[in-house]
Amino acid sequence: MWSWVAHRITGVLIFFFLLVHVLDTSLVRVSPEAYNDVIGTYKNPIMGLGEAGLVAAIVFHAFNGIRIILVDFWAKGPKYQRVMLWVVVGLFVVTMAGFLPRHLMHVFGGE
Amino acid sequence: MTTIPAPNTPVVRPSRRTSRGNWELYGWVFMRASGVVLLVLIFGHLFVNLVAGDGISAIDFGFVAGKWASPFWQIWDLLMLWLAMIHGTNGVRTIINDYAERDGTRFALKLALYTAFTVVVVLGTLVIFTFDPCPANSPASLLPSFCTA
Repeated sequence: MWSWVAHRITGVLIFFFLLVHVLDTSLVRVSPEAYNDVIGTYKNPIMGLGEAGLVAAIVFHAFNGIRIILVDFWAKGPKYQRVMLWVVVGLFVVTMAGFLPRHLMHVFGGE
Repeated sequence: MTTIPAPNTPVVRPSRRTSRGNWELYGWVFMRASGVVLLVLIFGHLFVNLVAGDGISAIDFGFVAGKWASPFWQIWDLLMLWLAMIHGTNGVRTIINDYAERDGTRFALKLALYTAFTVVVVLGTLVIFTFDPCPANSPASLLPSFCTA
Protein backbone atom coordinates (compact mmCIF):
# COMPACT_ATOMS: atom_id res chain seq x y z
CA MET A 1 0.00 0.00 0.00
CA TRP A 2 2.66 2.55 1.01
CA SER A 3 4.95 1.44 -1.79
CA TRP A 4 2.04 2.12 -4.15
CA VAL A 5 1.58 5.63 -2.72
CA ALA A 6 5.33 6.28 -2.92
CA HIS A 7 5.38 5.02 -6.53
CA ARG A 8 2.69 7.54 -7.48
CA ILE A 9 4.28 10.46 -5.61
CA THR A 10 7.78 9.82 -7.03
CA GLY A 11 6.27 9.31 -10.50
CA VAL A 12 4.50 12.70 -10.48
CA LEU A 13 7.61 14.39 -9.06
CA ILE A 14 9.84 12.93 -11.78
CA PHE A 15 7.30 13.88 -14.48
CA PHE A 16 7.23 17.55 -13.46
CA PHE A 17 11.01 17.62 -13.24
CA LEU A 18 11.17 16.12 -16.75
CA LEU A 19 9.03 18.96 -18.18
CA VAL A 20 11.36 21.58 -16.66
CA HIS A 21 14.47 19.59 -17.61
CA VAL A 22 13.54 19.48 -21.32
CA LEU A 23 12.76 23.22 -21.27
CA ASP A 24 16.07 24.23 -19.66
CA THR A 25 18.10 21.88 -21.87
CA SER A 26 16.36 23.44 -24.90
CA LEU A 27 18.26 26.65 -24.12
CA VAL A 28 21.30 25.08 -25.85
CA ARG A 29 19.38 25.93 -29.04
CA VAL A 30 19.18 29.61 -28.03
CA SER A 31 22.85 30.27 -27.24
CA PRO A 32 25.73 28.86 -25.16
CA GLU A 33 25.42 31.92 -22.90
CA ALA A 34 21.69 31.42 -22.25
CA TYR A 35 22.21 27.75 -21.35
CA ASN A 36 25.23 28.37 -19.12
CA ASP A 37 23.45 31.23 -17.31
CA VAL A 38 20.46 29.09 -16.36
CA ILE A 39 22.53 26.00 -15.50
CA GLY A 40 24.77 28.32 -13.45
CA THR A 41 21.81 29.30 -11.25
CA TYR A 42 21.30 25.56 -10.56
CA LYS A 43 24.84 25.14 -9.24
CA ASN A 44 24.26 25.89 -5.56
CA PRO A 45 23.82 23.69 -2.48
CA ILE A 46 20.00 23.96 -2.41
CA MET A 47 19.62 22.72 -5.99
CA GLY A 48 22.37 20.17 -5.30
CA LEU A 49 20.29 18.69 -2.50
CA GLY A 50 17.22 18.87 -4.75
CA GLU A 51 19.10 16.82 -7.36
CA ALA A 52 19.97 14.26 -4.67
CA GLY A 53 16.25 14.04 -3.81
CA LEU A 54 15.35 13.69 -7.49
CA VAL A 55 17.84 10.84 -7.95
CA ALA A 56 16.46 9.17 -4.81
CA ALA A 57 12.94 9.41 -6.27
CA ILE A 58 14.11 7.95 -9.61
CA VAL A 59 16.04 5.09 -7.95
CA PHE A 60 13.06 4.11 -5.80
CA HIS A 61 10.61 4.38 -8.73
CA ALA A 62 12.93 2.27 -10.91
CA PHE A 63 13.50 -0.56 -8.43
CA ASN A 64 9.91 -0.61 -7.22
CA GLY A 65 8.82 -0.65 -10.88
CA ILE A 66 10.85 -3.83 -11.42
CA ARG A 67 9.13 -5.25 -8.32
CA ILE A 68 5.71 -4.43 -9.82
CA ILE A 69 6.72 -6.19 -13.06
CA LEU A 70 7.82 -9.27 -11.09
CA VAL A 71 4.56 -9.31 -9.10
CA ASP A 72 2.62 -9.14 -12.41
CA PHE A 73 4.60 -11.60 -14.53
CA TRP A 74 6.55 -13.91 -12.22
CA ALA A 75 4.44 -16.81 -10.96
CA LYS A 76 5.85 -16.49 -7.44
CA GLY A 77 5.82 -12.68 -7.57
CA PRO A 78 2.70 -12.11 -5.45
CA LYS A 79 3.99 -14.55 -2.82
CA TYR A 80 7.31 -12.73 -2.49
CA GLN A 81 6.03 -9.16 -2.94
CA ARG A 82 6.82 -8.21 0.66
CA VAL A 83 10.30 -9.75 0.54
CA MET A 84 10.88 -7.94 -2.74
CA LEU A 85 9.93 -4.63 -1.10
CA TRP A 86 12.83 -5.15 1.32
CA VAL A 87 15.07 -6.01 -1.63
CA VAL A 88 13.98 -2.70 -3.21
CA VAL A 89 14.82 -0.85 0.02
CA GLY A 90 18.20 -2.64 0.21
CA LEU A 91 19.10 -1.86 -3.42
CA PHE A 92 17.95 1.72 -2.87
CA VAL A 93 20.26 2.14 0.14
CA VAL A 94 23.23 0.60 -1.70
CA THR A 95 22.69 2.73 -4.82
CA MET A 96 22.29 5.94 -2.85
CA ALA A 97 25.34 5.08 -0.72
CA GLY A 98 27.30 4.89 -3.96
CA PHE A 99 25.81 8.03 -5.47
CA LEU A 100 25.43 10.50 -2.59
CA PRO A 101 29.05 10.92 -1.42
CA ARG A 102 30.24 11.51 -4.98
CA HIS A 103 27.40 13.89 -5.87
CA LEU A 104 27.68 15.85 -2.61
CA MET A 105 31.43 16.12 -3.21
CA HIS A 106 30.69 17.69 -6.63
CA VAL A 107 28.11 20.03 -5.09
CA PHE A 108 29.97 21.08 -1.93
CA GLY A 109 33.57 20.38 -2.96
CA GLY A 110 33.86 23.55 -5.05
CA GLU A 111 35.64 23.72 -8.36
CA MET B 1 -47.36 -8.86 -18.18
CA THR B 2 -44.23 -8.77 -20.29
CA THR B 3 -43.18 -11.94 -21.95
CA ILE B 4 -39.52 -12.41 -22.77
CA PRO B 5 -38.98 -14.33 -26.00
CA ALA B 6 -36.35 -17.02 -25.77
CA PRO B 7 -35.04 -15.88 -22.37
CA ASN B 8 -32.00 -18.15 -22.44
CA THR B 9 -30.63 -17.02 -25.78
CA PRO B 10 -26.97 -16.09 -25.37
CA VAL B 11 -26.23 -12.44 -26.02
CA VAL B 12 -24.79 -11.92 -29.47
CA ARG B 13 -22.66 -8.94 -28.54
CA PRO B 14 -20.91 -8.69 -25.17
CA SER B 15 -22.61 -6.21 -22.87
CA ARG B 16 -19.20 -4.84 -21.92
CA ARG B 17 -18.31 -1.68 -23.77
CA THR B 18 -15.66 -2.72 -26.25
CA SER B 19 -15.41 0.34 -28.45
CA ARG B 20 -12.00 1.18 -26.97
CA GLY B 21 -10.69 -2.28 -27.75
CA ASN B 22 -7.63 -3.35 -25.84
CA TRP B 23 -6.24 0.18 -25.52
CA GLU B 24 -5.90 0.05 -21.72
CA LEU B 25 -4.20 -3.36 -21.93
CA TYR B 26 -1.63 -2.02 -24.39
CA GLY B 27 -1.07 0.93 -22.06
CA TRP B 28 -0.53 -1.44 -19.13
CA VAL B 29 1.99 -3.49 -21.12
CA PHE B 30 3.70 -0.33 -22.37
CA MET B 31 4.25 0.96 -18.82
CA ARG B 32 6.14 -2.22 -17.93
CA ALA B 33 8.10 -2.57 -21.18
CA SER B 34 9.10 1.12 -21.32
CA GLY B 35 9.87 1.05 -17.60
CA VAL B 36 12.60 -1.57 -18.07
CA VAL B 37 14.13 0.33 -21.01
CA LEU B 38 13.92 3.64 -19.11
CA LEU B 39 15.73 2.13 -16.13
CA VAL B 40 18.73 1.41 -18.38
CA LEU B 41 18.54 4.72 -20.28
CA ILE B 42 18.08 6.92 -17.20
CA PHE B 43 20.63 5.14 -14.98
CA GLY B 44 23.13 5.50 -17.85
CA HIS B 45 22.17 9.18 -18.25
CA LEU B 46 22.59 9.85 -14.52
CA PHE B 47 25.91 8.01 -14.36
CA VAL B 48 27.46 9.83 -17.31
CA ASN B 49 26.14 13.27 -16.29
CA LEU B 50 26.30 13.18 -12.47
CA VAL B 51 28.83 10.52 -11.41
CA ALA B 52 31.53 10.19 -14.09
CA GLY B 53 34.15 12.92 -14.45
CA ASP B 54 33.37 16.05 -12.45
CA GLY B 55 29.65 15.28 -12.23
CA ILE B 56 27.11 18.08 -12.09
CA SER B 57 29.77 20.78 -11.72
CA ALA B 58 31.09 19.98 -15.20
CA ILE B 59 27.76 20.47 -16.98
CA ASP B 60 27.69 23.41 -19.36
CA PHE B 61 27.09 24.10 -23.07
CA GLY B 62 30.40 22.46 -23.99
CA PHE B 63 29.41 19.26 -22.17
CA VAL B 64 26.00 18.99 -23.86
CA ALA B 65 27.45 19.92 -27.27
CA GLY B 66 30.18 17.30 -26.86
CA LYS B 67 27.56 14.62 -26.22
CA TRP B 68 25.15 15.60 -28.98
CA ALA B 69 27.92 15.77 -31.56
CA SER B 70 27.59 11.98 -31.46
CA PRO B 71 24.57 10.19 -33.00
CA PHE B 72 24.83 7.67 -30.15
CA TRP B 73 23.80 10.21 -27.50
CA GLN B 74 21.30 11.86 -29.86
CA ILE B 75 19.46 8.56 -30.26
CA TRP B 76 19.88 7.75 -26.53
CA ASP B 77 18.35 11.08 -25.50
CA LEU B 78 15.63 10.94 -28.17
CA LEU B 79 14.53 7.48 -26.98
CA MET B 80 14.66 8.63 -23.38
CA LEU B 81 12.60 11.74 -24.20
CA TRP B 82 9.85 9.88 -26.04
CA LEU B 83 9.62 6.87 -23.71
CA ALA B 84 9.76 8.96 -20.53
CA MET B 85 7.16 11.44 -21.80
CA ILE B 86 4.72 8.72 -22.90
CA HIS B 87 5.33 6.72 -19.69
CA GLY B 88 4.96 9.82 -17.50
CA THR B 89 1.94 11.20 -19.35
CA ASN B 90 0.14 7.86 -19.14
CA GLY B 91 0.97 7.65 -15.42
CA VAL B 92 -0.37 11.14 -14.71
CA ARG B 93 -3.45 10.35 -16.85
CA THR B 94 -4.14 7.39 -14.57
CA ILE B 95 -3.79 9.58 -11.50
CA ILE B 96 -6.14 12.22 -12.97
CA ASN B 97 -8.71 9.48 -13.69
CA ASP B 98 -8.39 8.23 -10.10
CA TYR B 99 -8.64 11.48 -8.19
CA ALA B 100 -10.41 14.10 -10.36
CA GLU B 101 -14.06 13.20 -9.92
CA ARG B 102 -15.81 15.99 -11.84
CA ASP B 103 -15.98 15.58 -15.63
CA GLY B 104 -14.96 19.20 -16.19
CA THR B 105 -11.95 18.92 -13.89
CA ARG B 106 -10.77 15.74 -15.57
CA PHE B 107 -11.17 17.31 -19.01
CA ALA B 108 -9.24 20.46 -18.05
CA LEU B 109 -6.41 18.53 -16.39
CA LYS B 110 -6.06 16.15 -19.33
CA LEU B 111 -6.12 19.04 -21.80
CA ALA B 112 -3.23 20.63 -19.86
CA LEU B 113 -1.42 17.28 -19.68
CA TYR B 114 -1.69 16.51 -23.40
CA THR B 115 -0.71 20.09 -24.27
CA ALA B 116 2.42 19.81 -22.08
CA PHE B 117 3.19 16.42 -23.67
CA THR B 118 2.97 17.78 -27.20
CA VAL B 119 4.98 20.93 -26.50
CA VAL B 120 7.78 19.12 -24.64
CA VAL B 121 8.10 16.20 -27.08
CA VAL B 122 8.07 18.42 -30.19
CA LEU B 123 10.45 20.97 -28.65
CA GLY B 124 12.84 18.33 -27.31
CA THR B 125 12.91 16.42 -30.62
CA LEU B 126 13.56 19.59 -32.62
CA VAL B 127 16.36 20.66 -30.26
CA ILE B 128 18.12 17.27 -30.51
CA PHE B 129 18.06 17.31 -34.32
CA THR B 130 18.54 21.01 -35.15
CA PHE B 131 21.22 21.58 -32.52
CA ASP B 132 24.54 23.12 -33.66
CA PRO B 133 27.42 22.28 -31.28
CA CYS B 134 29.54 25.08 -32.79
CA PRO B 135 27.23 28.11 -33.28
CA ALA B 136 28.84 31.01 -35.16
CA ASN B 137 29.67 34.20 -33.24
CA SER B 138 29.99 32.41 -29.90
CA PRO B 139 33.20 32.74 -27.86
CA ALA B 140 35.41 29.69 -28.33
CA SER B 141 35.81 29.38 -24.55
CA LEU B 142 32.15 28.32 -24.24
CA LEU B 143 32.27 25.76 -27.05
CA PRO B 144 33.52 22.16 -27.08
CA SER B 145 37.21 21.90 -28.00
CA PHE B 146 36.58 20.24 -31.40
CA CYS B 147 34.91 23.45 -32.72
CA THR B 148 38.23 25.24 -33.06
CA ALA B 149 40.26 22.22 -34.13
